[in-house]
Amino acid sequence: MIENIGIEKFVILSTLMFFIGVYGFLVRKNLITILISVEIILNSVNINFVAFNKYLYPENLQGQFFALFIIAIAATEASVAIAIFVTLYRRIKMIDVENVNKMKY
Amino acid sequence: MEIFNITGIIPIILFASFLFTGLAGGRLKPMVSGITGTLSIFIVTAVSYYTAYKYFFEFGKAGNEYIKIIPFNLMWLQFNDTLFINMGILLDPISVMMLIVISTVSLMVHLYSLGYMKGETGFARFYSFLSLFTFSMISLVISTNLFQTYIFWELVGISSYLLIGYYYSKPSAVAASKKAFIVTRFADLGFLIGILILSYITKTFEYTTLTDPNGSAINQGSSVLFLGLSAMNVTLILIFIGCAGKSAMFPLHIWLPDAMEGPTPVSALIHAATMVVAGVYLIARLFPLYIFSGADALNVIAFIGTFTSLFAALIATTQMDIKRILAFSTISQIGFMIMSLGVSGYGDTNGLGFTASMFHLFTHAMFKALLFLCAGAVIHAIHLNNLNEMGGLRKYLPVTHITFLIACLAISGIPPFSGFFSKDEILTAAFAKNKLIFTTALITAGITAFYMFRLYFGIFWNKEVKYDKTPHEAPKTMTTALIILAVGSAITGFIPFGNFVSSNGVPLESHIHFEIAIPAVITALVGIFVAYIFYKKENNLPVRVSSAVGGLYGIIYRKFFIDEIYIFITKGLIFRFISGPVVWFDRHIVDGTMNGIAFITNLVSEKIKYFQSGQVQQYAYVMLSGIIIIVITVIYILSNL
Repeated sequence: MIENIGIEKFVILSTLMFFIGVYGFLVRKNLITILISVEIILNSVNINFVAFNKYLYPENLQGQFFALFIIAIAATEASVAIAIFVTLYRRIKMIDVENVNKMKY
Repeated sequence: MEIFNITGIIPIILFASFLFTGLAGGRLKPMVSGITGTLSIFIVTAVSYYTAYKYFFEFGKAGNEYIKIIPFNLMWLQFNDTLFINMGILLDPISVMMLIVISTVSLMVHLYSLGYMKGETGFARFYSFLSLFTFSMISLVISTNLFQTYIFWELVGISSYLLIGYYYSKPSAVAASKKAFIVTRFADLGFLIGILILSYITKTFEYTTLTDPNGSAINQGSSVLFLGLSAMNVTLILIFIGCAGKSAMFPLHIWLPDAMEGPTPVSALIHAATMVVAGVYLIARLFPLYIFSGADALNVIAFIGTFTSLFAALIATTQMDIKRILAFSTISQIGFMIMSLGVSGYGDTNGLGFTASMFHLFTHAMFKALLFLCAGAVIHAIHLNNLNEMGGLRKYLPVTHITFLIACLAISGIPPFSGFFSKDEILTAAFAKNKLIFTTALITAGITAFYMFRLYFGIFWNKEVKYDKTPHEAPKTMTTALIILAVGSAITGFIPFGNFVSSNGVPLESHIHFEIAIPAVITALVGIFVAYIFYKKENNLPVRVSSAVGGLYGIIYRKFFIDEIYIFITKGLIFRFISGPVVWFDRHIVDGTMNGIAFITNLVSEKIKYFQSGQVQQYAYVMLSGIIIIVITVIYILSNL
C-alpha cells in the first residue's frame, strides 16, 4: 500500500513535524512541553530516515537501524531530562524555563 | 684479552649492590645492607687485585712496555662517522693502579663504617650511596673515552653531594653539600667546554687515539690557533679547570673543607683518597696530550699546584677542627701531585714527575684515608672535633694512637714510611725542572710535618682533658680497617713504583735521591720538632707566637678570606648586578606581560558577561536564526555559482 504514497508526502510530513517541534521548543515555557517538542523533532527525523531508506535503498536497512537508535537515545534523554526536572521542581517549586537562569554567570 | 673480561663484572656488582641496598634496604635490618655492601666491595677488591696481578705480571707488557688493553668497548652514541661515544673498559698502568686504590680504600671504609655508622638512621641509605660512589669512581677510572669519563665524573659529583648531605636535617650539612655540588659543577662547565673543543679539533673522544704520541690527535691539534694561542693550550686549561674543581685546587678549593660535614668515613673515601684525586688522574690520563701540545697549560698546572699546596698547608696550621685540618692537608697534598705532573717531562727519567705523582696518589690514598679514619675513631670516642677541647687520648685509644702516628710520619715524609718515597720523587722532579717550585715544595713539606704533628700532639698528648664519659677504643671492625691501612701506609713505599707506572709505559728505574732526601727529611724533622715544642705539653707558646704575628695569623685563620671573596663576588656583584636586574625583568616584564593578558581578559569578560540572559529559549532563537542565515547564504552562493 505504501507504493501508492509518494515520497514527497513523507518529506512534507516530517518537515511539518520538525517545525512544529522547533516552534514548541522556542515558545512553550513549560519544560515538559519543551521536552515533548524535542521528541517531535527527533521523530520527524525518524520518519525521514525510514522513508528515504524505503524509497532509495529498499535492499538496505541502515535507515531503519538509525531510527531505532534514535528512539533508544530519545528514551534515555527523556529519562535524564525528567530526572532533572524533578530535582528542579524540588528546588524552585516550578518547572518554567524562564526561571531556570541561576547559572548564567 | 679474554682474561680481562672478568673486570667487567666490577661495575655490575657495585651497581647491583647500590640498587639492592637502595631499594630494599629500608625494609631489611640495617646490618643486612651493610653486609651486602661490604661483601660486594670485597668481591670487587678481589677481582681488582686479580686484574692487577694479571695485568702487571702476565699480560700487560708488550716487549718492554706496558700497553693499553681494552677488553671491550661498545658503541653507545654515534654522531657521525668519526665522532662517537663508546662505553668500555680500558686497562693501563694508571687505571689498574686506581682500581687497587679505590677498591682497597673503599673496602676499608665499608668495613669501618659497619662500626662507625652503627645505629645511625639511614644506615642502608649510607651503604647504598657508598656503593653508588664506588661504582661511579671505578667506572670513571676504567673509561675508554673522555665522554664516558665525563658521565661518571658527574656521577661521583652527585654521590659526593648525597653523602656530604647525609645528615640532611643539619643546615650546615645541607649548605656544605650544595656548596660542593655548585662549585664542582661550575668547574665542570669548563671541563665540558674543553671536551667539546677537544673533540672538535681532534675528531675523537677515545683515549687511545688522543694520547698516542705519534697519533693524529697530537699532530693535528698543535697547529690550530685560537686568539693567537694554540687552541690545544686553551682546551687543556679548560679541562684542567674541571680537574681543579674536583681536586680542590685554588681558587676552587672552597668546597672541600666544608665537605667535612659529611660522615667521617665518607671524608676518608671521597674527600681524601679517591674522588678528589680524579682531577690528578684525568691529567695523568691525558698526559701525552699535555706534554706534546699543551706545554703552557702544563706550566699553569705546575704553578697552581705549587701555590695551592703552600696555601692550604698554611691554612692547615691555624685551623681548630681536626677534620678541617685534614681537609686542608688533603688540598695541600693534591697540590703536590698536580705540581708533580706539571713539572714532569715525557719518557725515561724526564717522566719521573709523572711516576712520582701517581706514586704519591697511591701512598696518599693510604695514609690520608687512615688519618681520616683515625679522626673518625677519635670523634666516635669523645664526640668532639675541636682540637682545643681534646688532649691526652693516647691512654684511651692505643690502636688509634699508634696508627695515627704512623700516618703522620708517612705524610711528613719520614723514612721508611710510604710518604717519604713518593715525596722524595716529587721533590726530585721539581728540582730538575724549576728551583722556585722545588723550594716552595720543600717549605710546604716542612709545614706539613708541623701541622700534622700539631694535630697528633694536640689529640693524643697536650693537656689531660676530663671527659664526661671515659673514651673507649673503637669496635673491632673499625680498628681492623685502621690496622690494615696503617700497614699499607708503612710499607707501600717500598713498591718499586716506577717499574709499573711511568709516563710512556716503559719501566722507570727509581732509587732514592739522597741529595734531595736529606734536606727534605731535615725540614720535616724541624717541622716535627717545632710542633713538639709547641704542643707536646700544654703551654702558652702557641698563643704568644700567634699574637706576635697578630694580623697575619688572623688572615690565615680566616683562610685568606677566600670564602668572603666568594661571597662578595657572588652576593655582592653577581646577585646584585646581574641576577638582580634579571629577576626584576622576570618579575616585571615577563610576569607582567602574562598577568596583563590575564587582567585584560578578565576585564573584558566582566563587561560582556551581561549579554548572557540565562534564558535557554533565547539562545535557541539565536542559534536557529544563525543556522537559517547560514543556510540561506549557502543556498544563495550555490545557486549563483
